[in-house]
Amino acid sequence: MTVHQTASGYNFAYLDEQTKRMIRRAILKAIAIPGYQVPFASREMPMPYGWGTGGVQVTAAILGSGDRLKVIDQGADDTTNAVSIRKFFEKTSGVETTTHTADATIIQTRHRIPEKTLTADQVLVYQVPIPEPLRFLEPRETETRVMHALEDYGLMHVKLYEDIATHGHIATTYAYPVKVEDRYVMDPSPTPKFDNPKMNDCAALQLFGAGREKRIYALPPHTKVVSLDFEDHPFEPTKFDHACALCGATHTYLDEVITDDAGGRMFVCSDTDHCEERRAEGHRGELLGEAPAAIAGAAE
Amino acid sequence: MALARAFADPVHDAQQTFRAVMNALARPGTLQPVAGLTGAPAPLSPVAAAVAVALADYETPLWLDGRLAAAPDVAAWLAFHTGARIGAAPSQAAFALVADAGILPDLAGFAQGTDVYPDRSTTLIVQVAELGPIASAAMRVRLAGPGISGHATLAVSCLPADIADRLAANHALFPRGVDLVLAGPEGVAALPRTTRVTLVEA
Amino acid sequence: MYVAVKGGERAIDNAHRLLAHARRGDPAVPEVAPAQIREQLTLAVDRVMTEGSLYDRDLAAIAIKQARGDLVEAAFLVRAFRSTLPRFGASEPVDTAAMQVARRVSATFKDIPGGQVLGPTFDYTHRLVDFLLEAGADVPEPARAPADETAMPRVTDLLGHDDLIERNPPGDPDAPVPDLTREPLDLPAGRDLRLQNLARGDEGFILALGYSTQRGFGRTHPFAGEIRLGEVEVELFSEDLGFAVPLGDITVTECQMVNQFKGSATEPPRFTRGYGLAFGHCERKTMGMALVDRALRAGELGEEVKAPAQDEEFVLMHSDNVQATGFVEHLKLPHYVDFQAELGLIREIAGRQAGDEPLKEAAE
Repeated sequence: MTVHQTASGYNFAYLDEQTKRMIRRAILKAIAIPGYQVPFASREMPMPYGWGTGGVQVTAAILGSGDRLKVIDQGADDTTNAVSIRKFFEKTSGVETTTHTADATIIQTRHRIPEKTLTADQVLVYQVPIPEPLRFLEPRETETRVMHALEDYGLMHVKLYEDIATHGHIATTYAYPVKVEDRYVMDPSPTPKFDNPKMNDCAALQLFGAGREKRIYALPPHTKVVSLDFEDHPFEPTKFDHACALCGATHTYLDEVITDDAGGRMFVCSDTDHCEERRAEGHRGELLGEAPAAIAGAAE
Repeated sequence: MALARAFADPVHDAQQTFRAVMNALARPGTLQPVAGLTGAPAPLSPVAAAVAVALADYETPLWLDGRLAAAPDVAAWLAFHTGARIGAAPSQAAFALVADAGILPDLAGFAQGTDVYPDRSTTLIVQVAELGPIASAAMRVRLAGPGISGHATLAVSCLPADIADRLAANHALFPRGVDLVLAGPEGVAALPRTTRVTLVEA
Repeated sequence: MYVAVKGGERAIDNAHRLLAHARRGDPAVPEVAPAQIREQLTLAVDRVMTEGSLYDRDLAAIAIKQARGDLVEAAFLVRAFRSTLPRFGASEPVDTAAMQVARRVSATFKDIPGGQVLGPTFDYTHRLVDFLLEAGADVPEPARAPADETAMPRVTDLLGHDDLIERNPPGDPDAPVPDLTREPLDLPAGRDLRLQNLARGDEGFILALGYSTQRGFGRTHPFAGEIRLGEVEVELFSEDLGFAVPLGDITVTECQMVNQFKGSATEPPRFTRGYGLAFGHCERKTMGMALVDRALRAGELGEEVKAPAQDEEFVLMHSDNVQATGFVEHLKLPHYVDFQAELGLIREIAGRQAGDEPLKEAAE
């Protein structure tokens, strides 16, 4: 028998086997009922609620010794909480980690979907703060779960319509609600609506974990995921007028970086791995070479 | 009766088996390899036994079909290795193990979940002799739905002739309904409640 | 090629080294030992055990030291440790009537069998800072009296004999005990789950809610029937032996509020119960808990539900300070991506309202 105990003295990937089984069963139900939030007995984790405990529990439940794990926050591998979660799994499971999207078998993410098209060999695990798309319209769980049961999403349509009446368009820019396989309205987690189209017909399995709210949900591969809209006000993903200042990409989600106190700013890819890969391929943005190392990364 | 350890490496083997079931449900119709538990007492198949040991525990009541229930070793073995309560009523079962797929019981007799909690439903683990995309099995079914790009084809033996109708009735209950995990000799394939199943004429 | 990942790791490592340094404070001052915390900051230990849902004084003391005295952080440490512990079973219900009482007061009767026992209390101390504690001083031996063998029945049991207070529902010994830490909370919750939630809940939150009922937001006309503090025996039923085996003694505080009930079409007027129980000496917590418990029974007793303390979902979903602190504090994590999305929108709306072209940077 192989002993799957790491130096930390905890079980492989921290969770005990009974807890993993409980989470695994919830994941299977979530896959069988796409977009439906499965209640699960979320455990207290050694990091705070709201800091990725749901995603961490999902990852710990599916992770095996042959996996390669990538962890991103805001699209980047080097944000402190991504570093912290990656380190947690290195310490408790000893699995290989990577920053390269293409090399990863499991990608845990907060707030972004990688730019590179995901494949059938990958699982994308989202950290979810508030899994209930109707929560800010109706704070009571006892009410919203009945709305889902009755497929009563009138409240959501009223909200979106009020946006149009006030602003001329739907004023939701992130956590933009989607409808899954024409049945459940689902919160994509606080990803920008720019990423919504990537969820539809995605080749990878997408799993969502909300630790504090104790819910797991899923999108099997090749699932129909439609951003809510109206015929005369169709969904439009965010577009940028800029190219990435480092790699010149015109099709990616950009972070705005303030460079001085006189209105100076630059726009760079939020997906750091994608940006580096493009630069390695020879793509050049207009400020490459001038940007501070903290933004551009150290010398290549 | 000798009751040795089920999985040689409980942590790793349970994870591998779970991942196979997860991938099977995520990609209905694909055959996902599972290393069976050769120590499982007949007529419990090694692959079905691995799935049960990987997923069941004291929180999940198990239901056994007639053939499995008639073999006392099976209930004792499952109780020992999972801690699950054996012999639950079908409507209370988290998992149902079926050795005799040809006389698969009425799916509506199992827990269907509720409109509010459709996840509170039974997962059936159904043993079949042949399973795979190109097995020379008696029956070929065409599958469509979430997890499938376009459509998929699965060859499977042992299932009753009216299985497509019964699965259609199950599918019509969505989001309620049961999910099927088919356990063949080399691995598993799944038919979750989302999958639309039609018979392919030979 | 890209070293920022390592840079982030170094930043975290350095921050944690600095934390350890700050925790230690001035090295010229002797380091505090967990045993000192356990023995001399006992009420902090009690609170951490209660909100951490784990009775272990030594562990709580280490957690308080590690958390630099932040009791919510210490309870979090205890809970994270607790969630890795195997579960052997559920103990038998503790019998607080058989408590070795250290303190026991009732506000409802001047004298009761077993008497009033003030015990170690801040009550009736004058809140004058005691500068003698600065240097430290020997404390006088506690006053002693011969042990009183009189039984100390619970005041609510005395009221129960006269049928003046609602009966506690008879417990079903075969019914499974729900466990809030092992199952997701399902609403509406039974009183057992509600009490578990309140026992783990933040003392400040429970206190404020209890206070709000006294000020009229869900008034329950409470009397402190009894507050008792002392040791109770914990027993585990052994399947092998066929009887309950004592595991040891724990100190608990119990508060039983007696509340007015004006009666209904089917029920005669009688007193009703509000219940609080906590590890160690947590009097404020158990009193607040008993008030909130009674307030949350409004629906069951046919009272109108209109105040926050009567609102089960509001109370139970927001009582947990480990959840609350995590989610409030997660706002300091980076939100560049969503903020950028909102920034684009605000610029666009502002630009359109000003009649200008949208700013060059604006997202569509």
